[in-house]
Amino acid sequence: MKRKIITLGVAGIAFAAMTAGAQAKDSLSMGMVLEPPHLDPTAGSAAAIDEVVYANVFEGLTRIDRNGEVKPALAESWSVSEDGLTYNFKLHDGVTFHDGAVFDCSDVMFSFERAMADDSVNAQKRLFAPISSIACPASDKVAITLKEPTGTFLSDLAWGDAVIVDPASAADNKTNPVGTGPFKFKRWVKGDRVELVRYDNYWGDKVALASATFKFVSDPSAATAAMMAGDLDAFANIPAPEALPAMEANPNLKVHVGTTEGETILALNNGAKPFDDIRVRRAIAYALDRQSIIDGAMFGQGALIGSHVAPHNPAYVDLTGRYPLNQDEAKKLLAEAGYGDGLTLRLMLPPPSYARRSGEIIAAQLAEIGVDVEIIPLEWAQWLDQVFKRTDYDMTIVSHTEPADIEIYARDKYYFNYHSPEFKELYKKYVATLDPEEAKKIMGDLQRKLSEDSVNVFLFQLPKQGVWNAKVQGLWENSPIQANDLTEVHWAQ
Amino acid sequence: MIPFIFYRLMSLVATVLVASIVVFLVLEVLPGDPAQVMLGVNAQPDTLAALRTELGLDQPLMQRYISWISGFFVGDFGNSYTYGVPVAELVADRVVVSLPLAIMAIVLSTVLAIPLGVYSASKHGKAPDAAVMGLAQIGVAVPNFWLGLLFILLFAVEWKLLPAGGFAGWDAGVWPAVKSLLLPAVSLALPQAAILARVTRSSVLETLTEDYLRTARAKGLNRRTALWRHAVRNALIPVVTIMGLQFSFLLAGTIIIESVFTLPGLGRLIFQAIAQRDLIVVETVIVLLAVSVILVNFIVDLTYGLLDPRLRGGAHGH
Repeated sequence: MKRKIITLGVAGIAFAAMTAGAQAKDSLSMGMVLEPPHLDPTAGSAAAIDEVVYANVFEGLTRIDRNGEVKPALAESWSVSEDGLTYNFKLHDGVTFHDGAVFDCSDVMFSFERAMADDSVNAQKRLFAPISSIACPASDKVAITLKEPTGTFLSDLAWGDAVIVDPASAADNKTNPVGTGPFKFKRWVKGDRVELVRYDNYWGDKVALASATFKFVSDPSAATAAMMAGDLDAFANIPAPEALPAMEANPNLKVHVGTTEGETILALNNGAKPFDDIRVRRAIAYALDRQSIIDGAMFGQGALIGSHVAPHNPAYVDLTGRYPLNQDEAKKLLAEAGYGDGLTLRLMLPPPSYARRSGEIIAAQLAEIGVDVEIIPLEWAQWLDQVFKRTDYDMTIVSHTEPADIEIYARDKYYFNYHSPEFKELYKKYVATLDPEEAKKIMGDLQRKLSEDSVNVFLFQLPKQGVWNAKVQGLWENSPIQANDLTEVHWAQ
Repeated sequence: MIPFIFYRLMSLVATVLVASIVVFLVLEVLPGDPAQVMLGVNAQPDTLAALRTELGLDQPLMQRYISWISGFFVGDFGNSYTYGVPVAELVADRVVVSLPLAIMAIVLSTVLAIPLGVYSASKHGKAPDAAVMGLAQIGVAVPNFWLGLLFILLFAVEWKLLPAGGFAGWDAGVWPAVKSLLLPAVSLALPQAAILARVTRSSVLETLTEDYLRTARAKGLNRRTALWRHAVRNALIPVVTIMGLQFSFLLAGTIIIESVFTLPGLGRLIFQAIAQRDLIVVETVIVLLAVSVILVNFIVDLTYGLLDPRLRGGAHGH
């Protein structure tokens, strides 16, 4: 009898193992460093929100694809009037929200008017600023009229902040997001993970994954261990560059280093002494060996940049050679500006390791031209208050991770206090330009202007250090927008 | 006993009030605006203002304090700024991780430390004593996060017996949940056990020289019975004091172990809340921790009475 039971048991286990092996895996667990504060992309700027819900749970009229290009999403097509002021969108048929509500033009109208309202807490309200009116000529048609031609409008609508929500569920999206995407929200174990499952009534192509889990692992060694132990199938951007060689050596894992939208800059306070003098700004730019900063602080990962645009951007202009390492030139410029006897500067560093590590190296390099750097570590909220809001700083290091954010240099008030009427004029022209080739040309001029004025020292583009199971396919290697788009992810047989 | 409990209750309320005012004022002078943290560096001033109004941050300090503290005493702690859900819900989610973890760690360390300490004392000056105290010395010196990393490498990465981190949740079943707490509990328990074993040993050694023990031996009790019945029982008072302190520490002081094992516990909640300037969460958790420390001290005091009849009458005089 006993023997029979054992045999049965063994057979059962063998059978279970066989069927598990025969069935292709259709779930994915992905690690992320930060937990989103909530899940409503229209009410917060935290990148972690979009990293969970963008393209997976929520969709906009347009979307950004893996190459950074604008593609149709809920709008299947559109036409732009001759004067560039009216956009006519044709919406997809048969689209439903995850709670069954039918999607039509009224939802678009609701979503955009909500984002534009006086009491709106949309972090990117500026995206909607060009809109003058929205109309619904038919339930599947949207007509948006702009105040002035805006070349960036279609890509602006692709942001997570411009996704379409349903009036009935909009208020609860923070904790129970209801969108039109291929995945619907299942549950959120706070502090640990968010679970998504496939939405069977999705209007578009059915996704290969039946379920997906985002797990929040902030500690670098915990992240490494979870990948090595096989607890996680993927980590879109693992916080442990030092562990990449070990992961590359593991046959079960593949390492994919791509780029992000994060321009990492040594920001200078252009509005106060000594950086109100262009010679001092240029001196700092000449004094830094940026490749050795990448090698030392980033374990060699990260691309050199010379202005505020990512290398993967089609309009990118290579300006990395504008300020080559030249300590003599740096000292000469400092002397001309009246700082021949040396200078003391405060360097405020927010918590991310790219900032803290780069800061140490920069301080050492600046010491060689007689600049004494006082390093002041700050936590993030303190940084926002002292550096960002009150601009009480000389230098700081931060990565600007929003896509297409060269606009910040055209603002009247922004923390590096750069005020250039020429740049503003040029940016205005860029926004109003509808011809893509012409816009690209002006984008080049904008980059050259920033580099020429040496507004900040452009250090490097933040890398996206992806690691995933060798059998996982379809994840994004680059991050042209803050997202972990799972719509094309599947397991190799 | 009744005046003792009444005195304790009154001091509890007073402590909550004082702690809440201090915490509220301290957080108020801390630079950093919750709305700015939530909206990031690209937000515009009117959006910030709208969010501040929505969160009630534009109200005067006094008004915010009163509405929070009056809710506190009836169990309504308000809504988290960042998560937008009731703070009570957030805390409850975390307590079901931190409390079992703390209990597991304290039980493990006690079960390990007290017998070892007593054994060591009974072999005073001999080889086993030296061996146990040597181990304890290592245990005190080794940081618990390092132990945690070592355990992860061995049990998760190498042998694949236990998860490398994360918390399965109690709804996944008792065993999966306990399994995810096992390694962190052991990592926390070993250094604590080392301290506890040393305290037990020296405390037992001290009581061994007391008169009542000599009397007990003179009355004919053998060494072993005298040791366990009289010496150990009296030696436990300092041990219980240390345990009380350790438990209070374990409840919220395990941020590093929670990070190493990515456990969604109270320590990480408060750490995150401070970073995000989710002030209402920070205030609530700190005051709740103050309450729990007072409760633990209360239990420790009651235990003194059980252990030593001489202290029963005068406990409330502490």
